[in-house]
This record gives sequence, structure tokens and C-alpha cells, in this order.
Amino acid sequence: MDILLVEDSPGDIRLTLEAFRDANPSVRLHVVNDGVEAMAFLRREGGHAQAPRPELVLLDLNMPKMDGREVLAQIKKDESLNLIPTIILTTSEADKDILESYQLQANCYLRKPVELEAFEGLVKQINDFWLTMARLPPPALPT
Amino acid sequence: MAIEVLIVEDNPGDVRLLQEAFHNLENLIHLHLAEDGVAAMAFLKREGVQSQSPRPDLIILDLNLPKMNGREFLALIKADDNLKMVPIIILSSSEADADVSLSYQLHANCFLRKPTQWDAFDAIVRNIGAFWLAKTRLPQQGVGA
Repeated sequence: MDILLVEDSPGDIRLTLEAFRDANPSVRLHVVNDGVEAMAFLRREGGHAQAPRPELVLLDLNMPKMDGREVLAQIKKDESLNLIPTIILTTSEADKDILESYQLQANCYLRKPVELEAFEGLVKQINDFWLTMARLPPPALPT
Repeated sequence: MAIEVLIVEDNPGDVRLLQEAFHNLENLIHLHLAEDGVAAMAFLKREGVQSQSPRPDLIILDLNLPKMNGREFLALIKADDNLKMVPIIILSSSEADADVSLSYQLHANCFLRKPTQWDAFDAIVRNIGAFWLAKTRLPQQGVGA
């Protein structure tokens, strides 16, 4: 199971990696630090020519270069990428960010908890719901 | 504040199971029912006898429905700037990969297989409760309306 984490905070990356290791060791978490690199990974450009198509994208909103809103808009406008479930994972609680994310067709919006235990609990719930209960799009046919 | 959930489902047995499973949740939920896509659209657009209907916080949608099927309904909602922010969970007995892919391409927020056993029905609804109604931030009621 391949998940793309788009996140610029080293602390949050570390927490997410550790939480997935505990929740589901079969998850391969691929990490990119900004929106430009995220789109290169998804489009297999530059150093990402061998990148797998992720089953799920976890996307922070506030990032350098290209922010999460722009990444989300690009994914959901691209017919070969728009079926990948894209989950917003952000510290923002602003109603405007929540509404805008759903308008841009985010699959769901989660607030990043600040406490370690809550963070681990949220990752476990993402695993239980999205990777266990939900049906995800089938793998892409080889192109 | 109660969470408004619209269930779009034509099978009375499935409706009954969903009602019972939602009733078992601790969240305060108002369930609304529509038996096909046309009725669901009237509910969302507050047409006819539905003029007082609330904006749902979440829609649970079957794919195979009379009159207007779930795919068509999904496509219409997700193309409508006033409605597309409402999360839609597909709950379908279809096992076809094409239905899963198409649903996500039409911007369904998630796809769940409709179980055949009561226990599994209850588990699915408990998971919807734990994830969508407790952890997920849903769009604010009425914003953008």
C-alpha cells in the first residue's frame, strides 16, 4: 500500500512515519516536502520516474512553493489523478479552509492534532477507515 | 447541534438496517430519506414538499436507484457550486472496479461496499460515525448556501 505524504514539517513527517509503522507495517509512506515535488511524484517527472501511483494522498495545506490548495486543485482537475483519494491533514481550523477544500473536491478534511497520542490515534483511524473499510480505486493499468 | 444525514436508498430492508445502525450511534443525528435521485435532488434544492429541508452534512448514496441513478445524482451534485462541498459516501453492493473508479472520478468522497450481513452493516455505520461524524471536519452548515 503506497501513501504519498505531502508535508513540510519535519516533526509531523516523523510522527506520521512512526504512527503508520505502528498502525500498518504494510504501508509504504512516500514523503515530499512541497507541492511542486508532489506533482512531480504523481506525474512521475524528474527524479520520480519510478514513483508508484499512491492509493491515498495525505496533504498539508500550508507549504512553500506550491501550497496544498493548488496541489488539490491540480490533482482533481487531472483525469488520470482525480480518482486518488486526497485527504487534507492540516492544523488549520478555519471554516474557510474547510469549505474551500471540499469545494476543490478534497475527499475529507482532518485537523492535525497537536498531542502525540491524538496524532497516533488519528493515523490509526485513517488506516482503519480508508485502508481497511473503504474501497479504493483499483491500481492503474500499466501505461 | 444535530448532524443532518441524507440517505438515498431505494431498498426498504437496507433503509431499515441503516436506520437501526445510525440509531445505535451516540452522535445526535437527524436521518432523512430519499428513495431515488429525483427525490434526493428535490430535498437538496428544497423543492415541492421539501421546501423546509435542512442542508445535509453528509449524504449516503446507493448507486443503483430508480428514476435517476446514483452516478447521475453524484455527477450533478459535484458539478453544482452550491452543493458540491457536501461529502457523499457511496454505499453500494457493486463489486465492479469500474463502479469504484467512476465514483471517485465523479468526486465521491469515499466508496464503501454495502455488506450483506447485519453485523457488518452495523460495523460500517459505526465506522462512518467514528470517522466521518467524529474526526472529519465537515463543511459548516449553510456556508456558501
